[in-house]
Amino acid sequence: MALNLQFTPEQRRFRTEVREWMGAHVPKMPLKTLESEAGFAQHRQWERTLASGNWGMITWPREFGGRGANLIDWLIFEEEYYRAAAPLRVNQNGIFLLGPTLMEFGTPAQKARYLPQMAAGEEIWAQAWSEPQSGSDLAALRATAVREGDSYVLRGHKIWSSRAAFADWAFGIFRTDPSAERHRGLSFILVPLRHPGVRVRGIRQIHGEPGFAEIFFEDARVPLDHRLGEEGAGWQIAMATAGFERGLMLRSPARFQMAAQRLVQLWRRCADAADPALVGAVAQAWMDAEAYALNTYRTASRLMAGGTIGVEASLNKIFWSELDLDLHRTAMALLGARAELLPRGDASETDDWLEGFIFSLAGPIYAGTNEIQRNLIAERLLGLPRAQG
Amino acid sequence: MMAAALRELATDLCSSQALRAEFGADHSAAEARWQRLAELGLFGVLAPPDAGGMGLADADFVLLAEEAGRAALPEPLVEQAALAVPLLVELASEPAAAQLLPRLASGEARVAVAHEQNPYASVPPALTHWLLCCTDALILAGAEEVEAIPGRSVDAGRRLAEPRLRPARGRRLADGDGARAAARRLLNRGAVHTAARCLGVAERLLELASAYAKERVQFGRPIGANQAIKHHLASVAVKLEFARAVVYAAVTRVDGDDARTLAAVSHAKLAASAAADLAARTAIQVHGAMGYSWEVDLHFYMKHAWALGGSWGDHNFHARRLQSLLCGGALTLGPDQTFARSAQRDVR
Repeated sequence: MALNLQFTPEQRRFRTEVREWMGAHVPKMPLKTLESEAGFAQHRQWERTLASGNWGMITWPREFGGRGANLIDWLIFEEEYYRAAAPLRVNQNGIFLLGPTLMEFGTPAQKARYLPQMAAGEEIWAQAWSEPQSGSDLAALRATAVREGDSYVLRGHKIWSSRAAFADWAFGIFRTDPSAERHRGLSFILVPLRHPGVRVRGIRQIHGEPGFAEIFFEDARVPLDHRLGEEGAGWQIAMATAGFERGLMLRSPARFQMAAQRLVQLWRRCADAADPALVGAVAQAWMDAEAYALNTYRTASRLMAGGTIGVEASLNKIFWSELDLDLHRTAMALLGARAELLPRGDASETDDWLEGFIFSLAGPIYAGTNEIQRNLIAERLLGLPRAQG
Repeated sequence: MMAAALRELATDLCSSQALRAEFGADHSAAEARWQRLAELGLFGVLAPPDAGGMGLADADFVLLAEEAGRAALPEPLVEQAALAVPLLVELASEPAAAQLLPRLASGEARVAVAHEQNPYASVPPALTHWLLCCTDALILAGAEEVEAIPGRSVDAGRRLAEPRLRPARGRRLADGDGARAAARRLLNRGAVHTAARCLGVAERLLELASAYAKERVQFGRPIGANQAIKHHLASVAVKLEFARAVVYAAVTRVDGDDARTLAAVSHAKLAASAAADLAARTAIQVHGAMGYSWEVDLHFYMKHAWALGGSWGDHNFHARRLQSLLCGGALTLGPDQTFARSAQRDVR
C-alpha cells in the first residue's frame, strides 16, 4: 500500500542505458505527424530503429522480440522515452492491444507468426471494430465472416479505424454466426489491409490529416487460421483487449508529466500577462499528472504481485483523458491570441500546443467514451442497476 | 488488521445514535469513546515499545486515520497519536517530553495541538496538555497554563479552541531552527493524516449516496438507473481513487524537508479534500430533499468533510505553497523525479 519506490541499482542502470540510447538515436528534428502519409513512413522507420536496439516491446518474452522486462522497467523505459521526446509509437494498436491479446488467446503458431514482426515494426496494425451503426454499441456490429471451405469470406464496413489509412494489417470483430445476435456469434479475425476485397479509404480528421479510415470488406477471403481464439468467442476476446486499452499500457504517465512540465514552463513565460487564476489550473495539471504516475506505480505493483485490473481500467481512462484535455485547455488559455496560430514549421517551435489540444479532444471519445466508462464504474464498482428498457 | 479492528469498533462508537447525540450537543459519550480507543492501543501506535507503544510507522497509521474519517470520529486521534507522539519521540532528550510520551501513548494524558496552519485546535475530552508550535519555539503547557477560547464547529463533535499561552508559563521543548524544523514535520504529518481522514469520509459519503440511489424509486425504477446519477457518482469514484496513491506516497516522506516532500504533502491534502468536497456535494444532490434534512445522517459526514478541508493547512495555504514550489523553480520537474528524495532542506 505505502508507495515508497526506491529504484534498485539495476533499475537505475537500466534507466541510464535507455537514456543514453535515446540520446544517441532520437531524431533531432521532430518527425511529421504520424497521421500523414509522409509522417507515417517516418514513424515506421523509427519503429525499425527501436527494434534494432531491441526496444520494440521490452515487456514481451524474448522469443517474441521483447526483453522479458517487468512493469516497473516498462515505466522507467517510458519515462526516459518521453524525456527524450521520442516519436510516438505508430504501432500502438499492435503492441499495446493486439500483442497482449495474442499472448493470452493466440496459438503458438499465431504468436510466432505475428509477434516478432510487430515488435520489429515490420507490420503495423489498425483496429477494425467500429461501424457506422455501431460505435459505443459495439454489439450491434453487422460485418460478417462466413466460412467457405478453408476460408472466411469477409463482408462489411468498418469505420474510425485509427492509422488504418497507412497500416499493414487490421484486427477486427466479425459476425461468424448470422443467426446469433448482439455479442453472441462474433469472432476476432486478423486481416491484411493490402489484400483482394479489402478497400481502405482515409477519413480526414479535424486537424486535416487522414488520421483514421474506413475499411470496406467486399468478399475478402482470409484463411481460417487468421481467427484468434474460438469461433463465437470474439466478444470475450474483444473485452479483454478493451481492458488492455484502458489499463496500464496505452497512456504512460510520463507523457502527461512531460506535458505538465512544459505547461509550467509556459506559465513562467506568460505569467506577467496571464489571468492569475490560471496558476491554479497549471498546478492542477501537475498534480493530476503526478497522481496518475503514482497510481500507475501502485497498480503495477499490484499486478506484479498477482492482482488483476478490472473496472479500475475505466477509472484510469477517465482520469488521463480529462487530465490531458484540461491541461491543453489551460495551455490554450495561456497562449491567448497566439493559440490560433498554426505552427510555422521552424525548429524553434517544439511546443505544439495546438496539435496537442486537438488530439486531447479525442481522448474522452476513443478507447470507450467517458460516458460509457462512467456507466461501467457506476454499475460494476458502485453496484447501481443497469438501465432498463 | 488494526484498521479492521478500528472499523469494527467505530461502527459502535460512531453509530448513527452516537453521532446524532453529538449533533444534539450531547458530548457525554466522548470520554467513553476515548477510553475505548485507548484500550485498542491506538494512541501508542507510533510510540516506541519502551514508552508503551507499538513502534509502527506513519504508513501504518495512515490506514487508521482513514478509518477515523470513514466513521467521522469526533475525537482528535490523529493529533494525539500521529502528531504529538512522534514529536515527543523526536524531542525525547527533553525530560518533559520523555515523561509525557508514555502518558500520551496510553491515552491517559490528553493533548491539543496548535500550529499556525491549524489555529482552531481540536480538543480531546478532559484535556491535560497543550502543544503549541509557535514561530520560534515549541512549547508544552498544562491545560491550566493556557487560556483557551472555545469555538463551536459545524461538525458538532469537534470541540475547538484557540489557545493563548499565559505569560511565562509552559516549558520550551525546542526553539529556533530546531523548533521550526520539528513544526514543519508536524505539519507534514498533520496534513497527510488529515488527508487520509478526508479519503475515509469521502468513501463513506460515496457509499451512502450509492446505497440511496439503489433504494430510492421514482418513475418506477431506482434513481440510480439514471445516467445522470451514475455519472455524478462515478466522477466521485474517479477523484477518490486518484487521491489515494497521492496520500499513500506522501505518508512515506513525512520526515522530509525538501521541496518535493512539501509538494507531495500539499498535493495529498489538496487532492483528498477535493475528493471529500466533491463526495459531499454529490451525496447531498443524489439524496435530494432527504439529504437536506437534519433527520438523515448524511450531514454528519458532509460537515466532517467540510471541517477537515480547513485543518492542517487549508486550501489557501496548500495551494499557494504548491504553486510557489512549482512555478518558482524550487521543485525539479520531470517523470524521473516522482520518487526523488533529497536529504537537504532546499526551500526557504
